[in-house]
Amino acid sequence: MPFNDQLQPEILRPVSNLFIATSIIGALLLNALPWQGLWLTLRPDFVAVALLYWCTNKPLRIGIGLSWAIGILADVGDASLFGQHALAYTVLAFGGVVLSRRIRMFDLREQTSQVLGILLSTYAVYAIVHWQVNGQVVWSYFLGCVTSTLLWIPLSFLFQSMRQMRVDRE
Amino acid sequence: MDSTQSFQVSNRGPSSGARLVFFVVLSVLLMFVDARFRYLESARSALSVLVLPVQRLATLPLTLLQGAGDFFVTQSSLLDEKTTLQRQHELDAVQLLQQQSILQENQQLRRMMVLQKRDLYTAQVAEIVYAERDVFSRKVLINKGSAANVRSGQVVMDDKGIVGQITRVYPWLSEVTLVTEKDHAVPVQVLRNGLRSVAFGAGDTSQLSLRYMPVSTDIQNGDILVTSGIDGLYPPGIPVARVEKIERDAAYPFAHIDCLPLGGVDKYRLLLVLSSTPKQTERPEPDHPKIRKTGVH
Repeated sequence: MPFNDQLQPEILRPVSNLFIATSIIGALLLNALPWQGLWLTLRPDFVAVALLYWCTNKPLRIGIGLSWAIGILADVGDASLFGQHALAYTVLAFGGVVLSRRIRMFDLREQTSQVLGILLSTYAVYAIVHWQVNGQVVWSYFLGCVTSTLLWIPLSFLFQSMRQMRVDRE
Repeated sequence: MDSTQSFQVSNRGPSSGARLVFFVVLSVLLMFVDARFRYLESARSALSVLVLPVQRLATLPLTLLQGAGDFFVTQSSLLDEKTTLQRQHELDAVQLLQQQSILQENQQLRRMMVLQKRDLYTAQVAEIVYAERDVFSRKVLINKGSAANVRSGQVVMDDKGIVGQITRVYPWLSEVTLVTEKDHAVPVQVLRNGLRSVAFGAGDTSQLSLRYMPVSTDIQNGDILVTSGIDGLYPPGIPVARVEKIERDAAYPFAHIDCLPLGGVDKYRLLLVLSSTPKQTERPEPDHPKIRKTGVH
């Protein structure tokens, strides 16, 4: 399977903290673009997918605590309830850390199903909080969960190849 | 898996389960405090200083693009615009003069009637920085914050009517809740006959609705709703909405009335923030049964 070759290279160079920080700030930036209307509904949560990638690939570096802190920043940016994104990202990071070994063993197709489960629970947590506070459920919100899962494929390709490039350069 | 995790406990701090529980409890506590008591606004505005550069950077390409578009406007369209603006300006100038004389006259009359002078509102112009990226809420952020003396509760309008209300103030930004936000209420009056009511935001669509109006109420399609001013927050007489659809079903006690906002709630980039909320006369103390017993001499 071509996916498999790409995803399990022999050596990956240790990831620098700068790379992780840049990717997460980049994801925050993409989330902050002025999305509107249908595009806003279909927008994948870039921060969630980037966090999930690092939680599964470097669970000892990016864990639940850091994800929570980034969630707080996302709350400030989105003017949502303080702790709403933080709670969702905590659940996301927990899923990522606990399933990290399993996900790293899988090929991309099997990974996607695992990722969908984790992201679905993340989105559900956010929607449940909103439902408790405002008393309405917006079902179209969950479309973003599907696009986020689809984003996992190119994003993990991108990060993986960037980590490999560093090896080639040596 | 369990055995490896318990091994990790000894050298890598608490297990993921413990961390999960800790941060979930922390988040829930924060949300509870934020929703109930609003204690965390200062923390929020402090953190917004961190987030603001990222947000500005994200909207930068769009702003630049708009700037470039403005630069390449053709000369003829500029000339056209200039002539129309000049004509409009002449018309407006006449009306302004008339309005000033009427204002004078009105104030004199009010003074004569020993009425409280109606507060004059001054307005400052603010630009929408971006619309909120939360699919659930109908809010926008504008580029004037507490540094420009914006306070929570101030009314935001454009040249056509009410747009919303300031609900949260950051140092250089403030958040405007639009009138179409679900359950956002504006006290209104029907311009035609002075009937008082409250217009509520409908949430999902850009509509307002009048609730709790009896089926027999005197409202027609096309009626203009203006602010009544009795809440002491919205200045009286500002257009809010036009009645679009009325359903009178005898099976229900209340008529179903939909209105469309007159202000460009979803349209423009520039808004006016009315800079002061008038002081309201204090509400009289409710009669306390104890006082009533002892207070009568």
